[in-house]
Amino acid sequence: MNKYWKSGDPFVWLTGVALMFSLLMIAGLMYLIAAKGLGFFWPSSLAEVKLKDGSVFLGEITGHEKVKAHGPTGEEVFIERTQLKIGNRDLYGLDFKWIDDDNIEDVAYPKYAVALERREWGNMYGFIKQISEGGNVVCTGNESCWAVLESQLPVYSEIYEEIKGIEKGVIGGINREIEHLRLEIRGEEMGGGNEEKIRRLEAEIKEEEAKYREQETKLTGLYSEFGKEVITMTSVDGRDKEMALGSIVRAYRPNSLGWFGKASLYLSKVWEFVSDEPREANTEGGVFPAIFGTILMVLIMSVVVLPFGVLAALYLREYAKQGTLVRIVRICVNNLAGVPSIVFGVFAVGFFIYGMGSTLDSIFFKEALPNPTFGTGGILWASLTLALLTVPVVIVATEEGLAAVPKEIRDGSLALGATKFETTWKIVIPSAMPAILTGLILAIARATGEVAPLMITGVVKLAPQLPVDGYFPYLHLERKFMHLGFHIYDVGFQSPNVEAAKPMVFTTALLLILIVIVLNLTAIIVRNRLRKKYTTSAV
Amino acid sequence: MENIQETMGTGAEAEVMVHGDPKSKKFQVPDPIVEVNDANLYYGEKQALKSIYMDIPKNKATAFIGPSGCGKSTLLRCFNRLNDLVDSARVEGEILIDGEDIYDPSVDITQLRKRVGMVFQKSNPFPKSIYENVAYGARISGEKRKSVLDEIVEKSLKGAALWDEVHDRLHDSALGMSGGQMQRLCIARAIAVEPDILLMDEPCSALDPIATGKIEDLITELKENYTIVIVTHNMQQASRVSDYTAFMYLGELIEYDTTETIFLNPKYKQTEDYVSGKFG
Repeated sequence: MNKYWKSGDPFVWLTGVALMFSLLMIAGLMYLIAAKGLGFFWPSSLAEVKLKDGSVFLGEITGHEKVKAHGPTGEEVFIERTQLKIGNRDLYGLDFKWIDDDNIEDVAYPKYAVALERREWGNMYGFIKQISEGGNVVCTGNESCWAVLESQLPVYSEIYEEIKGIEKGVIGGINREIEHLRLEIRGEEMGGGNEEKIRRLEAEIKEEEAKYREQETKLTGLYSEFGKEVITMTSVDGRDKEMALGSIVRAYRPNSLGWFGKASLYLSKVWEFVSDEPREANTEGGVFPAIFGTILMVLIMSVVVLPFGVLAALYLREYAKQGTLVRIVRICVNNLAGVPSIVFGVFAVGFFIYGMGSTLDSIFFKEALPNPTFGTGGILWASLTLALLTVPVVIVATEEGLAAVPKEIRDGSLALGATKFETTWKIVIPSAMPAILTGLILAIARATGEVAPLMITGVVKLAPQLPVDGYFPYLHLERKFMHLGFHIYDVGFQSPNVEAAKPMVFTTALLLILIVIVLNLTAIIVRNRLRKKYTTSAV
Repeated sequence: MENIQETMGTGAEAEVMVHGDPKSKKFQVPDPIVEVNDANLYYGEKQALKSIYMDIPKNKATAFIGPSGCGKSTLLRCFNRLNDLVDSARVEGEILIDGEDIYDPSVDITQLRKRVGMVFQKSNPFPKSIYENVAYGARISGEKRKSVLDEIVEKSLKGAALWDEVHDRLHDSALGMSGGQMQRLCIARAIAVEPDILLMDEPCSALDPIATGKIEDLITELKENYTIVIVTHNMQQASRVSDYTAFMYLGELIEYDTTETIFLNPKYKQTEDYVSGKFG
């Protein structure tokens, strides 16, 4: 036995098993998230479930489980039950229903069952009774109304886009202009005041307000058009529900859809998810603002952390006299990487927001006070917090890269009459570039996944505007933003409808992982290109 | 010369190591470009060069030989002040190049190093293209015109007998070359800045015999235009390429003469023992 141990075979097995275990855990994690997340958008069939007591429900089967229950005589028995997403929140109050399998009399998949995704109240499952316009019935019955529905929905989504465009774009612009003028007046008043200028500005405000009213009239027109056609749906238990066609996002009949139809529906839903804004307290719609916020924040962080980290490492490795002091600094830097991220968040609130932000406000944005501009959380402060959090990673990686640049190469450059600065700039930094980028990759990976410090430095549940838009100065660093990591927390645990939002948690998590992978992959490709260029292999 | 006796121990050899006053015996060479007068170098407390007196002739090849740690590389690195990079190093005495003291505080080190090129023991091409390696010296001197750089690169690569092998892949990485090619690239890089003196610190120690042969041929050609100082461990190499040879031991210059004299008719037994392979 002793001899067998000494031969090293068991150790090889042990190491192999440890590696296998780690890989399995990663694979399991990815599988769980992918399986739960990817299925969310697949249009599942609508089951009509008849119970023994005569009641009937229509919905998507979303779960099945075995639970412990007490039988008629009090003994413990296991019963199986099925979860049904019955939608129609406005009729039933709850989206989901658990049904004991023993109570089920019959399950059918009616061909004409329609699923409606609505802008409010979640999904509606039922059958079409009729569509009317201004009191006149346009059509009745499932088949003819379906054709009308299919042809009319795109018209309404166009109107919807137009309304959105006016509300967010045009009116948003007018509001911004008015706000700008108002601040200018305020600044003028604070600075002594040029009466004539103030009057001129006030006249301009009046003009803008006139424009605003004009747009408002236009909006009212659009809204009335939006509610022109009304569809009446009958739920499976025979109740009627009327709603404007404009309130419907998407309609489909999953039970009569083929595989191809379902797949294209799936893709359109995925596209909506990544490109649209959230609806219904983030539980429906897309996560585009969160994707945008996450990536922008990481980019700003990279732009800040890379030069800072590299310069600090250059000083530590190339210029500082190596000794006890430098060693202590190095230990401190390493330890900084281990400080809990929320501590950085707290520091950022105290230093960036209350300190620098308030100072900036009192110098440059005086007229907006007491409303803070930079003196509150925003994407700049969140990015700076993450930069602070990840700067040790970049320093450590860069230092290692610098240390690995052979002395012969430096000597070679110096012997040609280059100064130390020229040598560092033209030879040492390019040679250390792969290591520097490795540091950046690690920093990005850490920053993308960080949530805690962001929650107190500028992330919000729902940001009304993206930090980048078409108005000068285009990049609005003071704005609050949305973040995928926080979105997961918010949707999964702060949402009014947790059950409905559950799949959304996994989908968003999957998206976050994908974004981390894409960001890292980009950096890795760049690094490998450089490495090929600077490869040190000889012969 | 008590130093030598102390370090060499006592015994039979002791008698042959009495050299007398080095200054008065400074070997006279024609047309010296480098003059070393009483050069001492200390690494902290330790003395690595002890009162060196020597002149190095212009447009000749001079070889430094001696066992490891005898100070020949250290002396070589004094000529382009590369020893300055070692914090603890301190130089005393006088080293003149073209009559100018290179350790004078007014001397611009970068200008000095442009006049005194160096090729290292381990070939050290920069992680750049072949072209950029050769053009590096000119670029840091501020040369930006592409035509001038092209000309410099071609001339230097031809000078280093490398042009025919690499002219069609000038923009490939220099790190993809063979060991011998890399060393010749380093020579090309050094002569691209048109130095007067070329220092070579065991340039062939990492190369196979064929590559070594090419470099030796190159040295023979180069000494038409450059003053070459070469450190080598290889006796045959020293005898093949050099016109003058200096034998050093434990920081001292033991004997310096024409190569022929050193190898065939050395004055000191110690030199004879070393060149004939009896010790070292």
